[in-house]
Amino acid sequence: MAETGHGVPRSPGRVVVAGASMGGLRAAEQLRAAGWTGTITVIGDEPHMPYNRPPLSKDVLAGTASFESLAFTPRASAADVEWRLGTTVASARLDERVVGLDDGTELAFDGLVVATGMRPRRLRCDGPSGPGSGRHTVRTLADARGLRDELTRPGVRVVVIGAGFIGCEVAATAKGLGVGEVTVVDPEPLPMLRPLGELLARSLHRRHEERGVRFALGVGVAGLEGEDRVTGVVLTDGTVLPADVVVESVGSVANTEWLDGNGLDLSDGVLTDEQLRVGGHPNVVAVGDVARFPNARYDGVPRRVEHWSIPTDTAKHAAKSLVAHLVGSVAQPAPFAPLPTFWSDQHEFRLQSFGAPALGIADVRVLDGDPEGDVLVGYHCDDRLVGVVALGGPAATTGAARYRAQLLAQPALIS
Amino acid sequence: MKVVVDMNKCQDHGQCVFSAPDVFQLDDTGRLAYVSDPDDALRDEVEEAADVCPLQAIRIEA
Ligand SMILES: Cc1cc2nc3c(=O)[nH]c(=O)nc-3n(C[C@H](O)[C@H](O)[C@H](O)COP(=O)(O)OP(=O)(O)OC[C@H]3O[C@@H](n4cnc5c(N)ncnc54)[C@H](O)[C@@H]3O)c2cc1C
Repeated sequence: MAETGHGVPRSPGRVVVAGASMGGLRAAEQLRAAGWTGTITVIGDEPHMPYNRPPLSKDVLAGTASFESLAFTPRASAADVEWRLGTTVASARLDERVVGLDDGTELAFDGLVVATGMRPRRLRCDGPSGPGSGRHTVRTLADARGLRDELTRPGVRVVVIGAGFIGCEVAATAKGLGVGEVTVVDPEPLPMLRPLGELLARSLHRRHEERGVRFALGVGVAGLEGEDRVTGVVLTDGTVLPADVVVESVGSVANTEWLDGNGLDLSDGVLTDEQLRVGGHPNVVAVGDVARFPNARYDGVPRRVEHWSIPTDTAKHAAKSLVAHLVGSVAQPAPFAPLPTFWSDQHEFRLQSFGAPALGIADVRVLDGDPEGDVLVGYHCDDRLVGVVALGGPAATTGAARYRAQLLAQPALIS
Repeated sequence: MKVVVDMNKCQDHGQCVFSAPDVFQLDDTGRLAYVSDPDDALRDEVEEAADVCPLQAIRIEA
């Protein structure tokens, strides 16, 4: 290893981080924490330094948080990281250890971190589309800015397509802004049924309706009406919901096209092993929403987890495994086994989740409180607690935190 | 080490408490209380606590 001016051995070479959001930032910081002293270059297609996304559908849309307040403050240890913003990684040849950028340059790497995250899935149906059409998604600062401008127009009618977390948050925020007509459409019979199960889904449904959100459930979208701008949403049962603004929150698609041609499993994000290594390349790791990893805490089935806690958790582990490989250490970190953590703020209540409720949806039990007010619910698999979700005010959230240690202490579902 | 929490941003998620229980605590009413000048030996914990704050309300100065 080369010596730096301070006599500290300097790691030779370069780690390229593709994606400059939370996962990319945390990866850069954790590479330093894991002892990497070589070059770190983070490449991101957005023009901004990494910023926090959860407020986009909440405080930013509501107008109570400025865009400026969302920027992450990088750790001091990451001060020498190179940021190439407004630059897209267009291709990669992993065997040759180069990535190609949209400006035509190629960048050689010793290690690569895949942190390119997700983009919103779009509705595939006829009707107006593009800027000015009244159709919106919420993933970026620009998205939130554009949607806020339209929600604050007097008399606006809003249809939210998709009753998942983001759809429900947007509907709640729109109501809070004083929008008269807000309707959420979903083919499932209740909002957030699949991630939460019927008991909480029912409770959420009721809470939203009490606050004036309308629902069209058990029905799909057949098309959008309007010429240049959307005027209505046509449902599969023939109903037309008049709409000036349509928000599509129908899931997300992984940004992995740039990895095509490397023989990787990119069927849903990028498949990793238990050390977050990608496709048998020990010098390539994945972090954040885009990573489909097995969680040793559960059943070993690789999954993507779109929770805010995951970029930080994956970055820490992936950086250790990558640096260990790059500096030739034989020590292997233990298999990755994070405790997933999720929250959502809707109206004045919060959902707080620890563990993997989706694995225990068939056996849901009220642990405390009742679904009409503050409630704490346990999710079980083979009689074992695998997840806890609180719904309500601060007391419910504090209650969930009490079960966190218990969930952490659970032995793995399979060994 | 100096720790500053922007209490206008804090929404009592309590994630910092899991990472650095010696520095951050929730009081009986669920409100955050914290040590503003923790020992430097706790730096790793505090950095982790700052990372996991959903509101990014924790700042470490010097
Ligand atoms: C509106 C919203 C609200 C949310 N609310 C919550 C919440 O309340 N609770 C919770 O737990 N989680 C929430 N989340 C989820 C959380 O924000 C995500 O899990 C997190 O942002 C994932 O970070 P990431 O870095 O993995 O991916 P991303 O944030 O998607 O970052 C990927 C970055 O890579 C860039 N990129 C993509 N392709 C390329 C390329 N080829 N070259 C260069 N750059 C590229 C993208 O533009 C982006 O900047 C929310 C997400 C959204 C969008």
